[in-house]
Amino acid sequence: MAAYLQPRALQDALSAMSEGHWTVLAGGTDHFPARVTHIPDEAILDVTAIPELRGISKSNDGIRIGATTTWTDLVEAVLPAACRGLTAAAREIGGVQIQNRGTIGGNICNASPAADGIPALLSLDAQVELASVSGHRTLPLSDFVIGNRKTMAKPDELLVAIHLPAAALTGPGAFLKLGARKYLVISIVMVAGTLDLAEDGTIAKARIAVGACSAAALRMTALETALVGLRPADASEHLNAGHFAGLSPIEDPRGDAAYRSDAAMTLTRRCLAHLAEAA
Amino acid sequence: MRIIVNGTDHTLSCDGGRRLSRVLREDLGLTGTKVGCDAGDCGACTVLMDGRQVCACLVPAAQADGSVITTVEGLAEEDGRLSAVQRAFHRHGAAQCGICTPGMLMAAQDLLARELHPSVRQVQDALGGVLCRCTGYQKIVEAVMDVSSNAPDPAMPESGAAVGARVARLDGVGKLDGRELYGDDQRPADALWLRIIRSPHAFAHFELGDVDAWAATSSGVAAVLTASDIPGANSFGIYPTLKDQPVLAESFVRYRGEAVAIVAFETRPAGEETDIASFPVTWTPHDAVVGTEAGLRADAPRLHDDSPGNVLIRGRVASGDADAALASAAHVISGEFRTGFVEHAYIEPESGWARKIGDRVELRVSTQTPYMDRDEVAHVLGLEQTRVRVIPSAVGGGFGGKLDQSVQLPLAVAAWVLNRPVAMLYHRPESMAATTKRHPSHITAKLGVDAAGTLQALSFHGVFDTGAYASWGPTVAGRVPVHAPGPYRLPHVTATSAAVYTNGPPSGAFRGFGVPQAAIATEMLMDQAADCVGLDRLEFRLRNALRAGDRTATGQVIDASVGLAACLEQLKPHWARYLDEAATANRASGPVRTGVGIGCMWYGCGNTALANPSIMRLGLRADGRLTLYNGAVDIGQGTYTIMAQIVADALGAPLDRITQVFGDTDRTADAGKTSASRQTFVSGKASELAARDLRAQLLRHTNAGEDAELVFDDGIVMVIEGDRRRAIELSTLIANDDGDVLTGEGSFDPPTEPLDANGQGIPYATYAFAAQIALVRVDTELGTVKVEKMVAAHDVGRAVNPTLVEGQIHGGIAQGLGLALMEEYLPGRTENLHDYLIPTFGDMPQIECLLIEDPEPLGPYGAKGIGEPALVPTAPAILGAIRHATGVVCPQVPVLPHRLRAWIKSQNAEAAE
Ligand SMILES: Cc1cc2nc3c(=O)[nH]c(=O)nc-3n(C[C@H](O)[C@H](O)[C@H](O)COP(=O)(O)OP(=O)(O)OC[C@H]3O[C@@H](n4cnc5c(N)ncnc54)[C@H](O)[C@@H]3O)c2cc1C
Ligand code: FES
Ligand code: FES
Repeated sequence: MAAYLQPRALQDALSAMSEGHWTVLAGGTDHFPARVTHIPDEAILDVTAIPELRGISKSNDGIRIGATTTWTDLVEAVLPAACRGLTAAAREIGGVQIQNRGTIGGNICNASPAADGIPALLSLDAQVELASVSGHRTLPLSDFVIGNRKTMAKPDELLVAIHLPAAALTGPGAFLKLGARKYLVISIVMVAGTLDLAEDGTIAKARIAVGACSAAALRMTALETALVGLRPADASEHLNAGHFAGLSPIEDPRGDAAYRSDAAMTLTRRCLAHLAEAA
Repeated sequence: MRIIVNGTDHTLSCDGGRRLSRVLREDLGLTGTKVGCDAGDCGACTVLMDGRQVCACLVPAAQADGSVITTVEGLAEEDGRLSAVQRAFHRHGAAQCGICTPGMLMAAQDLLARELHPSVRQVQDALGGVLCRCTGYQKIVEAVMDVSSNAPDPAMPESGAAVGARVARLDGVGKLDGRELYGDDQRPADALWLRIIRSPHAFAHFELGDVDAWAATSSGVAAVLTASDIPGANSFGIYPTLKDQPVLAESFVRYRGEAVAIVAFETRPAGEETDIASFPVTWTPHDAVVGTEAGLRADAPRLHDDSPGNVLIRGRVASGDADAALASAAHVISGEFRTGFVEHAYIEPESGWARKIGDRVELRVSTQTPYMDRDEVAHVLGLEQTRVRVIPSAVGGGFGGKLDQSVQLPLAVAAWVLNRPVAMLYHRPESMAATTKRHPSHITAKLGVDAAGTLQALSFHGVFDTGAYASWGPTVAGRVPVHAPGPYRLPHVTATSAAVYTNGPPSGAFRGFGVPQAAIATEMLMDQAADCVGLDRLEFRLRNALRAGDRTATGQVIDASVGLAACLEQLKPHWARYLDEAATANRASGPVRTGVGIGCMWYGCGNTALANPSIMRLGLRADGRLTLYNGAVDIGQGTYTIMAQIVADALGAPLDRITQVFGDTDRTADAGKTSASRQTFVSGKASELAARDLRAQLLRHTNAGEDAELVFDDGIVMVIEGDRRRAIELSTLIANDDGDVLTGEGSFDPPTEPLDANGQGIPYATYAFAAQIALVRVDTELGTVKVEKMVAAHDVGRAVNPTLVEGQIHGGIAQGLGLALMEEYLPGRTENLHDYLIPTFGDMPQIECLLIEDPEPLGPYGAKGIGEPALVPTAPAILGAIRHATGVVCPQVPVLPHRLRAWIKSQNAEAAE
């Protein structure tokens, strides 16, 4: 029988991680689909029995989402309007069975270019908290997920929590997903955004992220700069292709590169319109 | 580890990472929970864990520790009575093949615990993670919304009133309580577990390494079998003269997924044991022949010695002079259309088990065609057919895919050679890579019409990619030219086809045998022709519709049961309503455009100009009970129920007197395969004749007249004529081996005539007709299409069971929608159910069915077929609606968002020039 460890204390998990190689397992919704034709001989570290890894808590600094918080936990939580995009993404993950088991930490650590949670979190300036026996460290999500299935996690680190800073939680949030069918669908493109409004109602800060159009989802910084000072209702008029120059979409059976670029612009325009309506 | 399953406490000692689905099915024997993918994609394994729906295939056993699990077996009341949700499914006909049903029920249970009166949207959201390939979801939604009504079960019809009644599926309960046994639900404990070594290349030579040494050193491996171990012929194929596919390849392979060796494990590996990827084989891959253009190139490698130019077969129907008529037609519309490989995607993968008993071999497999399996196994083992017995398991979906050999041959070979029971199950990627597909097509066609709107001529050529092996390629090549003209009067037709070998997966039988592809081309041209002559698209079709007494392009005069005009007449008000709705919607500006489309079809029931017999037997036991020996496999479409309904009325007996012996090649006669929409028509007629034969015997026994009434009681049959009552004491008669004292037999082979070189003759004894309309919304900026609603009018001759007919229509529409909008199998790229997309709950339109009954004189009670006709007009109706919404004539399916967006953009660019 292969080793299977299900520690109840984070410290035990971290010390295990510091010795030997473990396959970390959370909700299993990415883990098992990768093991259909053969189940390899591997030692599994199941992180779902560690209470402090699960749950959502609010403080003056913002919101902390434990790594093993499920999509259903998020859907059922009462969150500020800025998190509407995150909640919308949660509702569109797979089907209810997947939402009941899949975790936000798993979504991030699996680092699929089509991970629906990541653009929404990027649009909330999310920070990730990692832990190892040597201690905790926090870094921006945008620096953590660096490519297709690539993260900056060290071999002995676990993702503990995601932090949403209070500063990004003031305005409205939105998320739009494009897929070739309704349920259980991998995104062709998705866009998430939040807005902060100035006293005069113009855009003080926009945070727009696009997923599935590059190896890792990206913030559209050129666009965000261009939007500052505009009225939300005018924002969707101000898009141009240059704002999306950072994207490098690929062709796969779901769509070709030209389509992805085109759809990213369309979805962004619509996302801005949603945000304007909510503002 | 401790889990409570359906109220029972279980202590387990298994690997913490073991899938809960396997714990339930294999460790606890609860096989009601189904497995269709092991990847979270199908939802068949859905169970409740602490009250919430989860995919059991994604839960490690350790995470279920301490939890409360409910499976489908836990739904029924203590005394076995079905629960409210199960009963709702039963009365609505929400389970067809039943393989998705446990998952559906559990997801519904989760929803209903929170919301007793859910909306459509809530049902869709809650059940959206479970796929169904049969029902089109509509009856499932209706059932879930109707649970709270707690309505009574539909009553059993009175004697003589079974045909036409909405009888709830007679084999339905087992599909609802989890007791039905599918291919993987049963196997002897000591069965060896087979895995197949398959080619990762589409075209390659290979050499096996030291296989014996590998077997000896690999843990759990009992034996390896290769081509040289096959006792009889290492070949199989549908046509006796075309057995071009090896059971195990000998030195080279022609498609990705082709089998080269069988590995027998002592038991089903739990994991970590030997990875068959370490099997010793060296591949020398070659450039694969991809697509028919490549296959037809002069310098293409010849894939089969007997087929120069890689053309397997050609088909042709010619009447009149199409070229001349096109030259003189007022309008000629031409077009070119392409379709790709389509996967059957039944939720139950291929599975079964086999054993050797004395000098015979016995298989229990999920199949649409037990008799062909028997004959094929006999061929491969070198045995007489009588030494092979095939007992079909319940079939979790077929759609043509289980008309071919899959697990049957490796199971038979291994059971025979190793003399041990053996079992196997394809995993999903294997099922997708190894088994047959719908033929990709490349169709060019020209349609000529006169100024008044009367069709003049069609010239049509369809090239079909038959993949690596012949399979049902000849059937497609033969059926397509006959159906290419569509259900219209067309005096001048030249319709040709070619099936071309490539290194694609073998294309086989798939609901419609090439006709859905052909209909896309013809119907797209019909729409454009209607526009050319300034006629409404429905009106144009009605004017040109085949009617009773018309001659088809094969020279056949169809005298009766030609219900297309009736279908169109009934659609008219709906069509007007849809057109209005679209016009209103389109008055608003914005990226979303609404469109309406129509598709028509005809479909010959049964084999094309080939013998196609069915034999049915009906026995009467000494205790007064009736046994139907029914070899017409039920793959979810309902032959089990339909045959009994027909028999009950033809005999004059109540339905609940009839039990059945089903599908077993030792005990039933050959009813032919479940394909070509033939079972209701052909086997239904044989059933009727068997019942009439038994009835005649009973009447003769008492010298009673034709109209006498029969009353079946325990041990006795009363024959009543006015006030004359005669009793037949059944115990005084001698019983045969089956325990029957009297047996009626019926056999029917629909009358057809061979086709000559120009395709002239009588290919089918009867045709089904249909027309469907669709209303779609197209997001022109994203290229996405949502089919909002459809009305389907089908001439079925007689709806023996309207609920089952509607179920076939809904399911056919779902597959037609998939063909039109999302389904495309790309070898090596879409070999799972998350990259290969089939419609989910949220993708289906609201469907209204109009059943037209223009009786077929040859059919049982006037009935003909519905299985395939349901799918054929759907894609044309959707494509027509997309064109109506956007102006784009889609040259290719599936109309994926990126394709439609590109076509819209290039149309806009052209308009701008
Ligand atoms: C049918 C189906 C549909 C799906 N649909 C969607 C969808 O629509 N959108 C979408 O984005 N995703 C989708 N997914 C993917 C998946 O459900 C999500 O990515 C989910 O959030 C993964 O979480 P998990 O807990 O199940 O991860 P797991 O499978 O347990 O783990 C995923 C990876 O993350 C690592 N990991 C997990 N937790 C930690 C941690 N705390 N620290 C370090 N490493 C960790 C694991 O080692 C593993 O490599 C779908 C999956 C399925 C099966
Ligand atoms: S078997 Fe679990 S989702 Fe398909
Ligand atoms: S009834 Fe749903 S898959 Fe067959």
